[in-house]
Amino acid sequence: MAAISLLQVIGVVVGGPLLVGLMRKVRCRLEGRIGPPVRQPLLDLRKLAGRQRTRPEHASWMFPLAPLVLVGTTLVVAAIAPLLATDPALGWSADLFAVVYLLLLGTVALGLGALDTGTAFGGMGASRALTIGAVAEPALLVSILALSVPAHSSNLPTIITTSLAHPLLLATPQRLLALAAFVIVIVAESGRLPVDNPHTHLELTMIHEAMVLEYSGSDLALVKLGESMRLAVLLALFADLFVPWGIATRPGPVHLAVALVALVAKVAVLGGVLAAFEVAVAKLRLFRVPELMAGAFVLSVLAVVSALVLA
Amino acid sequence: MVDLFLGAALVGLVAALAGAAAPEGSRTPVTAGLTVVACGLALVVALHVLATGAAVSYHTDRLLPLSGFTLRLDRFGALFVATSTVVGACAMVYRLGYEGHGLSSRTASSDLPVFVTMLLLVPAAADVTTFLFLWESMALTSLLLVLADHRYRHDVQTAGQWYAVMTQAGAAAILVGLVLLATRSHSQSFAAIALVAGHLSPWIRSTAFMLVLIGFASKAGAVPLHVWLPRAHAEASGPVSALMSASMVNLGIYGILRVGDGLLHGGPAWWWLVVMGIGALSALFGALHSATSRDLKRLLAYSTTDNMGLVLVGVGASGLFVSTGHPALALLALVAALVHVVFHAVFKGSLFLAAGSIQQATGTRDLDGLGGLLTRMPVTGAIFLVGGLGLAALPLVCGFVSEWLLLQSMLHGLPTSNAAVAVAMPIGVGVLALTGGLAAFTFVKAAGIGLLGLPRTAAAASARDVSRWMSVGGGFLAGLCLLFGVAPFLVIPAVTDAARSLIDARAPAPLVRGWQLDLSGAHSQLAPGLLAAVLLAVVLLLALVQRASGGGAVRVTEAWGCGREFQTAAMEYTATSFGEPLTRVFENVLSPSRDVDVSHVAESRFYVEAATVHTSLDDAFERRLYEPANRGLQRWGAVARLVPNGSVHRYLAFGMVALVVVLVVVA
Repeated sequence: MAAISLLQVIGVVVGGPLLVGLMRKVRCRLEGRIGPPVRQPLLDLRKLAGRQRTRPEHASWMFPLAPLVLVGTTLVVAAIAPLLATDPALGWSADLFAVVYLLLLGTVALGLGALDTGTAFGGMGASRALTIGAVAEPALLVSILALSVPAHSSNLPTIITTSLAHPLLLATPQRLLALAAFVIVIVAESGRLPVDNPHTHLELTMIHEAMVLEYSGSDLALVKLGESMRLAVLLALFADLFVPWGIATRPGPVHLAVALVALVAKVAVLGGVLAAFEVAVAKLRLFRVPELMAGAFVLSVLAVVSALVLA
Repeated sequence: MVDLFLGAALVGLVAALAGAAAPEGSRTPVTAGLTVVACGLALVVALHVLATGAAVSYHTDRLLPLSGFTLRLDRFGALFVATSTVVGACAMVYRLGYEGHGLSSRTASSDLPVFVTMLLLVPAAADVTTFLFLWESMALTSLLLVLADHRYRHDVQTAGQWYAVMTQAGAAAILVGLVLLATRSHSQSFAAIALVAGHLSPWIRSTAFMLVLIGFASKAGAVPLHVWLPRAHAEASGPVSALMSASMVNLGIYGILRVGDGLLHGGPAWWWLVVMGIGALSALFGALHSATSRDLKRLLAYSTTDNMGLVLVGVGASGLFVSTGHPALALLALVAALVHVVFHAVFKGSLFLAAGSIQQATGTRDLDGLGGLLTRMPVTGAIFLVGGLGLAALPLVCGFVSEWLLLQSMLHGLPTSNAAVAVAMPIGVGVLALTGGLAAFTFVKAAGIGLLGLPRTAAAASARDVSRWMSVGGGFLAGLCLLFGVAPFLVIPAVTDAARSLIDARAPAPLVRGWQLDLSGAHSQLAPGLLAAVLLAVVLLLALVQRASGGGAVRVTEAWGCGREFQTAAMEYTATSFGEPLTRVFENVLSPSRDVDVSHVAESRFYVEAATVHTSLDDAFERRLYEPANRGLQRWGAVARLVPNGSVHRYLAFGMVALVVVLVVVA
């Protein structure tokens, strides 16, 4: 279904920045400020896209390639993952493992781009981001494993249709444990508080921002777009894996429209909750993050074991 | 076909003679050319065996006394021969351009073809004596090659000592294990042992398997027997380290499978849990050390330990599934492990060849002395990047496919409702995931610090791309990485047949043939070629859009640096600083040591005159296991030296006592 994939891609490209805008708005309101309009990130992107970009004098071709790969991998994930319907085009060509490794490819590209600048900030950001990525990986894959056990498959549409057919599965202990682990990993992967603060520009606390410090103009637009899309895709995947109702299982514009409304509502609620949570917590020390990830890993292993024991 | 195979071996030996006889100028081209021919001939035979399944056999009584010399190349062996031929041919083409000091000597020139030939012959050995003869020849020739540069670097000697001791101890374990099997089954031919092995007592079988496991796991670089590997693979010259890391370690896996599955037809679950445990430990330990190492080749060598660990996890899972009665799953796990062996050979080969080029161009393999090489050595840099993507198991390149297969075999092994399996599989996935994340970290570190940014030394700043031969050798392997990454169906059917010939001929093929990987009986698919094509198309499209949107113009500027005057390489992150967070996270495993030495100005201790920081990351196994053992051995040696004090009377007394003891025992 090429149309579904196209709709998903457009939805993620437009919805990603809007999601970031919404989260900023929620955050500002909770802090007693009015905040910029929700569409402000989109306006920022339009402004940046038309601007000349700069390149540090020592950088190679890796530097301009990195934002393209970041956005490209996220777009591919948006096209193949069942966000709106269970049968997107190419949906059969990849599973959850492939999604994870595609997103990792984006992180790796950005890390290489950061090191290409030859500045201390680039190296610092890349080192920290990849460290967190490495320790988040076990929790991510094992929680995927926990989700795959009832469906006997790591294929995303199969997992979603299985949970639609057996709604009680969603309330089982293994699902809830996997859910907890997944939330922690999503927070880490998308660089939100308490793992990374997307609003900081203080060198001691920067992770993602340190990596992209040298990007400007249309390159910066791509980076910003990529990170907001990544957040949107992860939240949408989370919504579909744990609250699958509303996703279109049959073709037809009506089903798709319902799915779109349901998905937007789910992601908006999740984003709002995440933003509200971010107001309440402070950033963790970098060396406490692995402990958080180890906790997530333990939760996910418990999820697998309970899935096997209770099955 | 058998003549062709013998011909390949003969050409290899002729190359060795040529290496000994030819004058210095023509030595390298003649030996390398002949060895490439030998590899080509052997590849034809191996592919024929893989395609038809008709084994190639040969026996002669003239070569080895008493037992004769028996070869039989079946599908399973042919898979390893084919892998070795490709790596061997690329390494020898690379050799044509490589300026090895020690490698050009008469001994090394005639030794290298023998080593390659042994790599091709070991998987074809069909009886115990032949196998041990070839195995030892391989070990000794590789040892000589490691030592080729001993005049130029002191570390080479230490590496050679470690390697010699470990490989001989391993060979001794294999010898005892195989001899035990041979004596109990009253025949030393593999076919005869396989026939009667099922009737041997479990004690004999388990002892023999554990002994050969020790020997073969040490060759595969598995923890805790890996200590020789990061030394020897790092100190060997470019083509030799590629051959060792991409080809020789595979034969350790070959041995475990040949004895465990081929001769003994599998065993109890605990054997395979041991194998999985060793594999998981190796994968984690190797990945951690390669992520924190700053020596480029040591990093790659530790990554070999990591990858062989992953293969052992797959091998162990396969054996576990056989012992719990799931042949289809066992086949999937074994195919995953063997595909990883092949793909690892391809990407690790290209990485080691690229690392050799970097070392030749800059004179160092210390990442903290490199940098900015991608613009200075574009071809070598590209080869390294492609191989590195394979190492990091990222989409587009072959490593991803085999990692995906391994994960699938774990996932589908879960619902087998066996307690051991249920515990082993999630841990296996956790290990795979953590090593995957660490491998991505390693790749970003090696490529980012080594190839990108500013050059950190004058040598790196003036580096230029290496000779065309070296680019061709490494480039071919890098091309295979990409090819297998998008078209794994070129390899998987042959591997499936090879795996099936080993464990269960009737199990259905786990993967549907075609351009898509589709697990039969499970809804798990992957179309790596399509994924790669879509990703490339999207990235190209984005680049075009960016170019067209008015934001395409680029202004080259200075990097922003908080108001500092100019940018120097000293401000860059180094490999050490890049790995620092990870070192701190895994402090308990890595136990880094750090010495800070500050000397003050004589007049006032508030002013620092000089400060040096020395950090080191030793191998924990080396320090905790081998050093005490070494000390114990030396103490024992000191005691033992007291006994022979040079007095003839004492020696005569020893002889007398020994004779009496023998007589008493015999009587």
